Amino acid sequence: MEELNFGATAWMLTSASLVLLMTPGLALFYGGMTRSKSVLNMMMMSFGAMGVIGVVYVLWGWSMSYGSDVGGIFGNPFDQFGLAATIYDESGEFIIDGFGVPQIVGVAFQVTFAIITTALISGAIADRTKFSTWMVFVALWVTLGYFPLAHMVWGGGLLSGAGPFASIAAPIDFAGGTVVHINAGVAGLVLALIIGKRRGFGREPMRPHNLPLVMLGAALLWFGWFGFNAGSAFTADGVAGLAWVNTTSATAAAMLGWLLTERVKHGKATSLGAASGVVAGLVAITPAAGALNPVTSLVLGALAGVLCALAVGLKFKLGFDDSLDVVGIHLVGGLVGTIAIGFLASGGGLFFGGGFNQLVVQIIIAAIAVLYSGVVTAVLGFALKALMGWRVAEEDEVRGIDLAEHAETAYEEINS
Amino acid sequence: MKLITAVIQPHRLDDVKAALEAAGVRGMTVSEASGYGRQKGHTEVYRGAEYTVDLVPKVRVEVLVEDGDALTLAGVVVNAAQSGKIGDGKVWVSPVEEVIRVRTGATGPDAL
Repeated sequence: MEELNFGATAWMLTSASLVLLMTPGLALFYGGMTRSKSVLNMMMMSFGAMGVIGVVYVLWGWSMSYGSDVGGIFGNPFDQFGLAATIYDESGEFIIDGFGVPQIVGVAFQVTFAIITTALISGAIADRTKFSTWMVFVALWVTLGYFPLAHMVWGGGLLSGAGPFASIAAPIDFAGGTVVHINAGVAGLVLALIIGKRRGFGREPMRPHNLPLVMLGAALLWFGWFGFNAGSAFTADGVAGLAWVNTTSATAAAMLGWLLTERVKHGKATSLGAASGVVAGLVAITPAAGALNPVTSLVLGALAGVLCALAVGLKFKLGFDDSLDVVGIHLVGGLVGTIAIGFLASGGGLFFGGGFNQLVVQIIIAAIAVLYSGVVTAVLGFALKALMGWRVAEEDEVRGIDLAEHAETAYEEINS
Repeated sequence: MKLITAVIQPHRLDDVKAALEAAGVRGMTVSEASGYGRQKGHTEVYRGAEYTVDLVPKVRVEVLVEDGDALTLAGVVVNAAQSGKIGDGKVWVSPVEEVIRVRTGATGPDAL
């Protein structure tokens, strides 16, 4: 029986609350980037994920992530269904984890990760997706796509330190490069391909309708990300402080990297570029926040800012409508962060005398995450296409999805 | 009677309004408009994607005047709205058959 650590518990409750705030922040970040006729639907996709996953997580989400292991892939959903045997031990005392934090606080922290990860996907399919199909997808994807990967990486499964690759080097995913960002980025790409382009993609202007909302959303994401990364120390200690500083170092460098890239390529440093660079840096440092030092974090952040700024143009060249660049930022940033650990990790990175082992393991876990997410999302995407259909009617998409799906408009006059 | 319609740069509205008031005009209708002429639009870049915005914001000022005042007042508008740069806008004068004041039912020049 561990003793309760009040400081750690207070910090983890704070972190959980910070991470929960990221999803409304994401709703603003994405909402400002859509056209004015679809901002409410875009924000509702994030809020909808909060509703669905808030319910699903207490029923079988925790159990599938951290319950008794089934083949290294997922936890048994019935084991701790409804958080049975999760809160109290046999003698009726709160179960305390190895950091002196009650396990129920761990549930609070983890549910917020499941919510934001799933909500991230919505940016790839903006302006055109039936709200009903999205809500069903959220429940299915978080169950089959997110919980198993969380179990594999963090719950003692195949990709964790207890898995088979640990004999090469223990995989490092501090706060969710694979589980959160590669997972959501691949899912966004697959859904964008299955659902298809918006009417007029590449021909009509689809300019962000409210950049101040985007900036506010990015600010809330940065703030909430301290819970995400520093909270992933699971206690209030030096690792948490290191993760906090690494997070800010990488994010600042990524913003500059993005701004510099667009200044060179397009002539101006833009506010959307600053907001995007911030998120790219936050994404890239997520898996690495505990493994780098503040200076290597600057290197990682700058690299992510430049690469993501270059990657967002790919959708026009390759012809897929990842509307708000979930692929260009979360998949690319997640891959950059996860793999860069192999080079930059303070202990075990290639540049720090650790040899190739860590790099090989990081590439393996990134590749498995890509493959796993791709297959699960494709199966769910095609099944829902056949059963429910993904797209609103063409005239509804033209008139505006807010009106068609929610019978509301965000502003008095709809211009575009 | 004539209708003077002026489509001008939004930032010249206060000057135009003041000039017309100084010339004795007692009422006008102002509305937001968008359009383009030789100025064409401009280009915006969002995450590397270029958008040509060809309709730029303008202000439309409409004033009903007596026949004899029309050209003078149109000149007042032009002077006040002019910056000499491309995109300053246009002013035109068109004939009006009848004007009725809603409150009193007065018609013709009495309704102006």
